[in-house]
Amino acid sequence: MKKNRKHNLCFHCGDENGKNTLTFQEKSFCCNGCKTVFEIFSENDLTCYYDFENSPGAIPKEIEGKFDYLQKQKIIDKLVEFDDGTIQIVTLYVPHIHCSSCIWVLENLNKLNVNISSSQVNFGKKTVRITYNAKEYSLKEVVLLISSIGYEPYISLDDFKTGKQHVNRSLIYKLGIAGFAFGNIMFLSFPEYFQVDGFWIEKYKPFFRWLMFFFSLPVVFYAANDYFITAYKGLRSKILNIDVPIALGIAVLFLRSTIEIMFDLGSGFFDSLSGLVFFLLIGKFFQQKTYSFLSFERDYKSYFPIAVTKIFSDGKETPIQVYDIVKGDRLLIKNEELIPVDGILINGNASIDYSFVTGESEKVSKNSGDKLFAGGKQTSGVIEMEVLKSVEQSYLTQLWSNDIFNKNKEEAFTTLTNKISKHFTIYVLSIAIIATVFWLFYDISKAMNVFTAVLIIACPCAIALAAPFTFGNLLRIFGKLKFYVKNANAIEQLASINTVIFDKTGTITSNEESTATYEGESLSTIEEMLLKNTLRGSNHPLSRTLYDVLDDNNIITLDNFEEHLGQGIEASHNEESIKIGSASFVGQLQDTSVLNTTVHISTNNNYKGKYTFYNSYRKGVSKLFNTLKNNYDIVILSGDNEGEKENLKKLLPSKTKLIFNQKPDDKLDYIKYHQTEGAKVLMIGDGLNDAGALAQSDVGVAISENVNVFSPACDAILDATKFNQLGNYINTSKSAVKIINWSFVLSFAYNIIGLYFAVTGQLSPIVAAILMPLSSISIVVFTTLATNFLGRKLE
Amino acid sequence: MSVIYMMLIISIIIAIVFFIVFIIAVRNGQYDDSYTPSVRMLFEDELVKEKPKKTKLITKNNK
Repeated sequence: MKKNRKHNLCFHCGDENGKNTLTFQEKSFCCNGCKTVFEIFSENDLTCYYDFENSPGAIPKEIEGKFDYLQKQKIIDKLVEFDDGTIQIVTLYVPHIHCSSCIWVLENLNKLNVNISSSQVNFGKKTVRITYNAKEYSLKEVVLLISSIGYEPYISLDDFKTGKQHVNRSLIYKLGIAGFAFGNIMFLSFPEYFQVDGFWIEKYKPFFRWLMFFFSLPVVFYAANDYFITAYKGLRSKILNIDVPIALGIAVLFLRSTIEIMFDLGSGFFDSLSGLVFFLLIGKFFQQKTYSFLSFERDYKSYFPIAVTKIFSDGKETPIQVYDIVKGDRLLIKNEELIPVDGILINGNASIDYSFVTGESEKVSKNSGDKLFAGGKQTSGVIEMEVLKSVEQSYLTQLWSNDIFNKNKEEAFTTLTNKISKHFTIYVLSIAIIATVFWLFYDISKAMNVFTAVLIIACPCAIALAAPFTFGNLLRIFGKLKFYVKNANAIEQLASINTVIFDKTGTITSNEESTATYEGESLSTIEEMLLKNTLRGSNHPLSRTLYDVLDDNNIITLDNFEEHLGQGIEASHNEESIKIGSASFVGQLQDTSVLNTTVHISTNNNYKGKYTFYNSYRKGVSKLFNTLKNNYDIVILSGDNEGEKENLKKLLPSKTKLIFNQKPDDKLDYIKYHQTEGAKVLMIGDGLNDAGALAQSDVGVAISENVNVFSPACDAILDATKFNQLGNYINTSKSAVKIINWSFVLSFAYNIIGLYFAVTGQLSPIVAAILMPLSSISIVVFTTLATNFLGRKLE
Repeated sequence: MSVIYMMLIISIIIAIVFFIVFIIAVRNGQYDDSYTPSVRMLFEDELVKEKPKKTKLITKNNK
């Protein structure tokens, strides 16, 4: 059975084979492209590709002329990261990298062409770094080669920056240093802990102690410097953040230990000190987990092309950089190319897909003289346009000049940990002072000892670890469930929201499907057949949609077929004739009250009826809204007209607010206004038109049909298939906050035990060395187990 | 000098050598991508096992 099914699938890409199955070397292929890739691989002994995964490939797309701009030296200079005339190194982003076969074939490019000397894949980032001989081979040829085997790189305006990106690895260095020092200091402090009295220990004690001191220097002054810096920043802006007690603890630990060994008072707390820093850094490292293949900071630059074709007045066509486009230029936009600037259509059959901007999947037809907006994708042949505005001044890109895109959301938000730490620091300081005052009267020799001991033991290592480990683990669990959250703060914010705002098109409706209903006189079987066959010949987006909706019919040859641009199509077969198109085209008066997209039909010049297109809503929308309605205010902010209002009212709970005709700025302002009234907003959107709203909201979630391809800047990306789980994700975030609160209770318990030792003046290094790691590790274990339990409930 | 000093100095030197190796590894970007190498190491063997023709190819390329 399984084998049988496999037979119907393309050997290369795994798609179902249609009627035109191609067979080559006893393997079936769905199209010529897939077969060609297989041929290339088998000629070069690279068929191993198919051993790692079943049907790993992608169908190569038509790419002729698309990468012509890579011949321009100016553009090459910006893209390559190394160039000495003969050897060039370039890193390309290839979104299709998805399995081990991809790694294998991309790292064996040198077998396909001898001029490529090496290539290395970074699977996480979905990039391939190719080294090639620039004298024999050009960047364009490299790109064409990997495109021809189905790995088309994605080159966008974002790549257009000079210089290598700086990778910040300081956290790993710090972690390494702290771990190194921690291990060594532990060994050096053991002899004294075991208290073998006598000659041996007395002789070597000072040497061991000073060694520990030197090992602790890089820990305090390098590995822990972030804590001092943030503590200082916090104090300067009058905030007692969690780093204040930590920095205080570290400083006191170091100073007291140094004084102890200098005056031979004791062995110091160097092991606790380095252990503390080590654990804190592990927490930071754990929380830092990010999805390197996703980008949460994208703006239009990630989607815009790097170059387009300019037509000079003498008719010559050359690629130019997008930034060099000026008003009045004439541009040639090829099929599947993105329009980078606002302009006017000069000629050509424009059918623009604005899904990238609005989330609306229906393509828009434009006639010569119509205005074209940046961000649309041309989908039918070549068009010519005249530029009205440069890239930065275009309608869509102007949105990014709004202040909200320069604001850092994280800084404005007080985290749970910092809220606790405010009270915590005050209590600890008061306990330290009260205890010291008491000892000043009781036994003055112990006063200083007690004061420092309180500050040391109260250093809130466990508190500081609770949130990173809980949220860090939850980030991972969410990631497995296709909900990719940017950072821990976003989860914390998600737990505190009280208003949920949805975009309509592309968010609660699906881009992939739409439905159409027929109103009017019923069509005879012959008419239905004629309708279906007529639509078959048309490439208009609406025709394609309607064609897919209708039942299958026999294929007949039409006697006559004519397409009237912007109006409709006309066809005849035997004695029957049919007209499909706008109301005026089929001879019916335009009914202006209808807001939905309609297609009218007449046969033999008799008006028959119309098909009305509706968005199809995602599965589980109604259920999701019903689960959300009890706890949150729900709003739908749509850029569309009110055509769907009645439908939505039926589908959604009655208290849902429906607001239509919202421009991108309106959405942003709406959220801003409600935030001033105390609303904590979760915005769920998809297109770039929601970018402002996503940035303004407390948590912006972008819905994406394909997480690798595109989403506007946001705090989290949600895979469209998991849309109905959103309510559960919010609830889980709330439970995570509860877990953190419990671990705060746990760490307070440890602190009380520790404070008992400290206040009574009994804190010895060994007690600190046991209590500190014990509290930290038990918090880590508790939060990890608890979040894993939450994760299991989600699945 | 007592043997304990010698031992300590040697052990610390060894520890520092490993520490320097770690720093160099980080600097060369070995910690930047923690997934791909785990897949890559599985490739070579299977290739040799299943493709005896490979030797021929290498000579062709070297020419």
